[in-house]
Amino acid sequence: MEEMAEHAHAHHVDPVVEYQSSKFGMWLFIATELLLFGGLFTAYTIYRAKYPEMFHEQHLELNKPIGAINTVILICSSLTMALGVASIKRGKQELLRLFLSLTILFGIMFLINKYFEWGHEFRDGNYPGTSIFFSLYFMMTGLHMIHVIVGLLVLAVMLAWSFTGRFSDKYNTPIELGGIYWHLVDLIWIYLFPLLYLIG
Amino acid sequence: MANHTLAEAIQIPYLEEKGLISWITSTDHKRISILYLLSISTFFVVGGIAALLVRLELLTPGKTIVDAHTYNTLFTFHGTVMVFLFIVPGIAASFGNFLIPLMIGARDVAFPRLNLLSWYLYIAGAIIIVASLLQPADTGWTFYTPYSIRTGTDVILLTFGIFVAGFSSILTGLNFIVTIQKLRAPGMTWHRLPLFIWASYATAILQVLATPVIGISLLLLIAERVFGIGFFDPAKGGDPVLFQHFFWFYSHPAVYIMILPAMGIISEVIPVFSRKPIFGYKAMAYSLLAIAFISFLVWAHHMFTNGISQLAAMIFSFLTFLVAIPTAIKVFNWTATMYRGSIDLKSPMLYALSFIFLFAIGGLTGVFLAALAVDVHIHDTYFVVAHMHYVMIGGTVMGFLAALHFWYPKMTGKMFNEKVAKVAWAFIFIGFNVTFFPQFILGTEGMPRRYYDYLPKYQPLHELSTIGSWILAIGLFLMAINLIRGLLNGEKAPENPYGSLSLEWQVPSPPPHENFEEIPTVTDWTYGYGKKQ
Amino acid sequence: MNLLPEAASGFAGKVDNIFWFVTVISLVFFILVSSFLIYFAIRYRRRRENEETPYITGSHILEALWTVIPSILLIVIFAYGFLAFREIRTPPSNTLEINVTGRQWLWQFKYNNGKTTVNELYVPEGKPIRLIMKSEDVNHGFYVPAFRVKQDLMASMYTQLWFKATKVGTYDLFCTQYCGTGHSAMLGKIIVMAPQEYEKWEKGEQKEKVAGVSPAEQGKQLYTQRGCNACHSIDGARIVGPTWKGLWGKEEVMQDGQKVTVDENYVRESILEPQAKIVNGYPPVMPSFKGVVSDEDISAIIAYMKTLK
Repeated sequence: MEEMAEHAHAHHVDPVVEYQSSKFGMWLFIATELLLFGGLFTAYTIYRAKYPEMFHEQHLELNKPIGAINTVILICSSLTMALGVASIKRGKQELLRLFLSLTILFGIMFLINKYFEWGHEFRDGNYPGTSIFFSLYFMMTGLHMIHVIVGLLVLAVMLAWSFTGRFSDKYNTPIELGGIYWHLVDLIWIYLFPLLYLIG
Repeated sequence: MANHTLAEAIQIPYLEEKGLISWITSTDHKRISILYLLSISTFFVVGGIAALLVRLELLTPGKTIVDAHTYNTLFTFHGTVMVFLFIVPGIAASFGNFLIPLMIGARDVAFPRLNLLSWYLYIAGAIIIVASLLQPADTGWTFYTPYSIRTGTDVILLTFGIFVAGFSSILTGLNFIVTIQKLRAPGMTWHRLPLFIWASYATAILQVLATPVIGISLLLLIAERVFGIGFFDPAKGGDPVLFQHFFWFYSHPAVYIMILPAMGIISEVIPVFSRKPIFGYKAMAYSLLAIAFISFLVWAHHMFTNGISQLAAMIFSFLTFLVAIPTAIKVFNWTATMYRGSIDLKSPMLYALSFIFLFAIGGLTGVFLAALAVDVHIHDTYFVVAHMHYVMIGGTVMGFLAALHFWYPKMTGKMFNEKVAKVAWAFIFIGFNVTFFPQFILGTEGMPRRYYDYLPKYQPLHELSTIGSWILAIGLFLMAINLIRGLLNGEKAPENPYGSLSLEWQVPSPPPHENFEEIPTVTDWTYGYGKKQ
Repeated sequence: MNLLPEAASGFAGKVDNIFWFVTVISLVFFILVSSFLIYFAIRYRRRRENEETPYITGSHILEALWTVIPSILLIVIFAYGFLAFREIRTPPSNTLEINVTGRQWLWQFKYNNGKTTVNELYVPEGKPIRLIMKSEDVNHGFYVPAFRVKQDLMASMYTQLWFKATKVGTYDLFCTQYCGTGHSAMLGKIIVMAPQEYEKWEKGEQKEKVAGVSPAEQGKQLYTQRGCNACHSIDGARIVGPTWKGLWGKEEVMQDGQKVTVDENYVRESILEPQAKIVNGYPPVMPSFKGVVSDEDISAIIAYMKTLK
């Protein structure tokens, strides 16, 4: 219990309550993210209904293979993240570091793919502003990408902390919360991919 | 403050440690509430000066002090600062932060460091908004497209500042929901909670769920200006009405973020100064939740003449009438609370009674606007300007001032001059009505809003309104001076000068860090006035 | 000052009835609540410090009463408002159509006979009129207080509104959706004529009543009637375009460096083909008034400009 008490904030609150509060807070934050992206999904729905031919023609210009690979990458990263959380809940520090590193690696691969994919689009003359479809494409994947980057920064901090023995089977709340966030990032992509790349 | 033990902390009044650094790095909810109080009051003055300039320009038709473009930037800045830097954070960030942990019997909020971060984000947003003054935007605080896409003024900085400040609102709401849900003292069941807590809870839900939508709306507006994404631009196949839907989906719940905390305040003040329990506690609690819920369903009543279908207009009008019902119930219950009470008309009570009186006018004039056929005539006229200011000033600001005067002894440990407070109140009450009541008439007579110039026939009422604004300003100034003098050489405040039963009044004035020596065990609700033991 | 403008359309009376209905109900409730507040504050004012108060926590009957009664009244107001709204928004089948274009910062009306007017809408009394409206740039709002009618103009779609003018006269037209610097200058007039007069006007027989007025005086009227005032001041201030004060005979530098003296030909060209020459430092946003101002109008405007030293 001592490690838990150390990490309970300076205002002297019961560690169990702190853990429950933190998780609850994280889920509330997830709700706000869903509403943020919800606006974009709403715009997508409305313009898809309004301009079905534009969506059909222009979605064919997207690179389906890279999109599919990126989807697999993110799903794998969710797996490694979940394994990381499970590991530290069993007190396995080295496994936590391993799985955090793998998750970050997958995230970086995702970003590298995105770099090439967008570069290709730009060379083809497709920018945000080229058409409403491409504006949606860049805004949705762009906002998602910002969330991936922020997620990777958070995971990097977690990784750094994991080397100081900060986490254990008694105290691993940040890892669990980071995991929830990372799964959201993955989940959003799983909706983006078919909507933008697949549905004609 | 970081490293005290509980025993040490409980001995230190929260105001004691001196020094700027100790203030802006404190995670004590009471210090953060004062930081917010000072910041939002500052921006209230800034927004208020813009308003005085607007009203001064409107003293005569044609140019009075500025040209048309400058006037348009003035009302844009006034609206933006007042909405996003004063009234939305408003009572929640200041009094909510101070009172919530105390009222529920907790030592602090659930996430104290997040609380401080919220204030930093508020300040960052405020700085960015002020920075936009280099090329002030002239779009109105509603940023309707395509004008907001085309104008050469700095829309990006202004909207980005709002975006950043929005995070402050979201995180505060998140903090309060978790705090109220998880940190209530033993025995503090939901039905024993003070109504201010219910109000804060409902407000926090709105903050968390609605604010992200303005976030994405403004982000997309910035993308329109930078990349020309076209979602809201008719020249690119986009739909300007879609922007309005996005904007109002947040901005309607936002007005309930503005009013619900004030309603909570009134529910605290009236029982104390009547020495009676609040009438109909359950109805009062559930009506707050009902208002919050329905508030998500009415946004397009801001768009009845803006291109929506007849069917949509009908639905939104109906739902708007629905939200009037829980609101009306509250007005009746507050009044009934005073029946056979022991009424003490101290300044907090004067402000609370003004709230009921003025908010009733604001709310009833909302009924005119909800009635479709009438709205066609008065939409986008001064009638709307009058309505909104009756609910925002007559409602929220009166609630804010009631709270300021009521909890002043608890927060500062001092008393202010009650006589001067009453005189200031009178100036504010009279000045407010002289400023805004004539605007209802201007509106029904056809005077549109956001007009730099106007036909000569409208001048008499505009003159009256401008004079009213000066009276209002004098009253606010007098009130502020009185409270500042109280800080400097007021009497020392007793622990519970007004005889309240609420938990925050059972600790010293001012309270110490960590609030309670021992977390209390609650056995009854806070409205036990007159109860035979 | 009255509370409402004169009612000059078919449904204005209905709207006013609803307005007064809501006013009466509001007054009743407002007076009720305020009276109780004031009465209780006086009757039950604190006389002794520790006087007893009854422990009353509520009353189900009262709660029910003041939930049900307001609910019924609100539903009635809703229904009343909605039914009248349907009438306001549903044009009958026999309307006379007029096209409206809104742009920063003037109104352009195109009639079936090919005529175009600026800022003045001519309609016959007693006949249902349908306006088909579109904006050329940003959002605008068409509002005639005397008719109790309002609808926004969008660039992305046509909107419409209809009315039947019931009284001969001239009524204010306001732009009611904020549209930038000249928003409050985007004024117009609805001129309702008796049917026979309207026929004469349609056929072009109606001469605007300017007999006996000097060209410069006529030009002064046209300055506001045609909307020049939205962008050109006469006192030296810069609105959107160059001020007319001291403009006549001035040598202006164009965007391409060309130097031009402001004379009759330049003014005429600016009115009919504004994009041909843009003065350096000003935006190229002036619309063309071809078909909107006559040669006689241009001469009058020129005469007026000459008086603005």
